[in-house]
Amino acid sequence: MEPIRTIRSRTVVMARTNIDTDQIMPARFLRTTTREGLGQHLFADWRYDALGNPIADFVLNTPEAAGCQVLVAGHNFACGSSREHAPWGLYDYGFRAVISTEIADIFRSNSLKNGLLPIIVDEATHAALIAAPGTEVTIDLERSTLDIPGVGAVAFVIEAFARYCLLNGVDETGYLLAQSRAIDAYEQRAFA
Amino acid sequence: MSALTLFEKLWRAHEVVAETPETPAVLYIDLHLIHEVTSPQAFSMLRSRGIGVRRRERTFATMDHSTPTDRAQLFGAVPIRMESAAHQIHELERNCADFQVELLGLKHARRGIVHIIGPELGLTQPGKTIVCGDSHTSTHGAFGALAFGIGTTEVGHVLATQCLLQRKPKTLGVEVEGPLPAGVTAKDLVLAIIHTLGVGGGTGHVLEYLGPTIRALSMDERMTVCNMSIEAGAKAGLIAPDETTYEFLQGRERAPSGAALERALESWRQLPTDAGARFDRTLSIDASRLAPMITYGTNPGMSVAVTGTVPVRLDDRVHTKALEYMGLTAGQPILGQPIEYAFLGSCTNGRLSDLRAAAGLLKGRKVARGVTFLVVPGSQEIKREAEAEGLDRVFIEAGADWRESGCSMCLGMNGDLVTKGAYCVSTSNRNFEGRQGVGARTLLASPITATASAIAGRIADPRELMN
Ligand code: SF4
Repeated sequence: MEPIRTIRSRTVVMARTNIDTDQIMPARFLRTTTREGLGQHLFADWRYDALGNPIADFVLNTPEAAGCQVLVAGHNFACGSSREHAPWGLYDYGFRAVISTEIADIFRSNSLKNGLLPIIVDEATHAALIAAPGTEVTIDLERSTLDIPGVGAVAFVIEAFARYCLLNGVDETGYLLAQSRAIDAYEQRAFA
Repeated sequence: MSALTLFEKLWRAHEVVAETPETPAVLYIDLHLIHEVTSPQAFSMLRSRGIGVRRRERTFATMDHSTPTDRAQLFGAVPIRMESAAHQIHELERNCADFQVELLGLKHARRGIVHIIGPELGLTQPGKTIVCGDSHTSTHGAFGALAFGIGTTEVGHVLATQCLLQRKPKTLGVEVEGPLPAGVTAKDLVLAIIHTLGVGGGTGHVLEYLGPTIRALSMDERMTVCNMSIEAGAKAGLIAPDETTYEFLQGRERAPSGAALERALESWRQLPTDAGARFDRTLSIDASRLAPMITYGTNPGMSVAVTGTVPVRLDDRVHTKALEYMGLTAGQPILGQPIEYAFLGSCTNGRLSDLRAAAGLLKGRKVARGVTFLVVPGSQEIKREAEAEGLDRVFIEAGADWRESGCSMCLGMNGDLVTKGAYCVSTSNRNFEGRQGVGARTLLASPITATASAIAGRIADPRELMN
């Protein structure tokens, strides 16, 4: 995995509360056996009409959204299904960070394993971001800060180990495989 | 030693390496359940690294999400209509063959929804850690097992190492008192709990359901409750094992027997939360005041008593958006709303007792004209048991559609869909926009509320059909 240090990008705002993973990646796109190309289906039911044409006023179809890497979402983002296809789709589309006041556990864990930063901020910071779509923010993972012009640098918390892995491009699977002696010992202890 | 919660005991017993501020715990997984949708990319990872499955005997696969419920397609008389689904099914067959993982495949007599067959076979047992690439893995917590859903990268972790990297979640004790009134089911109870907590209210927590009402529930009912823990955002749901649990497991194919059972019982009896153990948070619910519940909005927390009205919340944008999608008006009674579909099934309410309760109401009655009532047993075993009791006849004679087992209309991946704009009273667990089909309007309720509504052709109170 590529190390991540800073992300500097304008924001896209989707203010809806409780956006669930069925919206992020509808179930009919889960009949794939690879992880590639899911960005085209991201938010499919909000993004395209019945004929598959882009719906002009959906935020991701607006010219301002092009090239944005940071998604600011309404409260409680990504509840529901455990489908990793949701972060795969967001990443494939080009997002590198998602900001909300609350982000569901499984999605958060899935995102961190795929180079997508789930960032939880307080209500006031969130309100400021929601009110100003297109703000150019800077995320500094090393310092764990989110810099918003006019607001300043806001600290956020990312689980220490996930942060270490992201900063150093360490892959968790490799880390776990390296624990094999401890796992052997556990199995001997537990199943003797 | 200090007093511990059930969760704390389960966690400690599975720590391979304890967590530190810098590193998460390495947690051992006793049982890994796999299905066709969230596993292909994990097997690809194993292939690209050239590694195998660490503990094949702790890994168990089935197919349920994209499988047809139509007999001819399921048993090969005609090809599976959806090519992508057929491909995914064949991929799982290939992966299980290549990695020598046990698979209850498409035509297997014991196939079914993964969270139904785990308990049915006796694979799900107290004291275990159980994971699956599926959020409703919380179902297995009904046995006093620490069970939670994981993503596909983590499916790969468990295949490769039988372990996961985990931070310890917090605990939330949900104390339920008072008997459930007639016509009020475990589904109504859990909908009420989610309503109280909110859809994000359990985030970061493991819920333990306690109290006399929970102790009085059957295993099927406990599974319904634990199943929907994730709808409050919780990591897992737990109910301590007791005699009801042990009796359920007696004689099941994969459950211990004889001397092994004696040893197991001895350790299972140590699991319940000690007197005086503390939870990070607690909540209490009086079940005796509950009515049958139904959702009116687009998340499982948006529910009311079936006799209630759609809430009025003028400046709540979420609420307004949800009502717009649902085509409902604030202030309208929910009773009497016409419906086009009813769905009985899913890992929440697709067990034999659910089918029995529904058939009990349906016997001698008819599904209303214009209503499609899809009845999908949770497993092939449940289907056979229901048929042995003649329940299939009751459903078919009433005009319902009796199918082979699978997830079906719970998420519509296999093509069992609700049409755009149509209303469906569903016994499943999610009423998100488009969950049952693009533009589909889902109202979550219990099996008897769904059945009463199918009979009336509109949302109905099941208590009116009970004597
Ligand atoms: S029945 Fe529904 S909730 Fe349960 S495993 Fe299948 S799709 Fe998921």
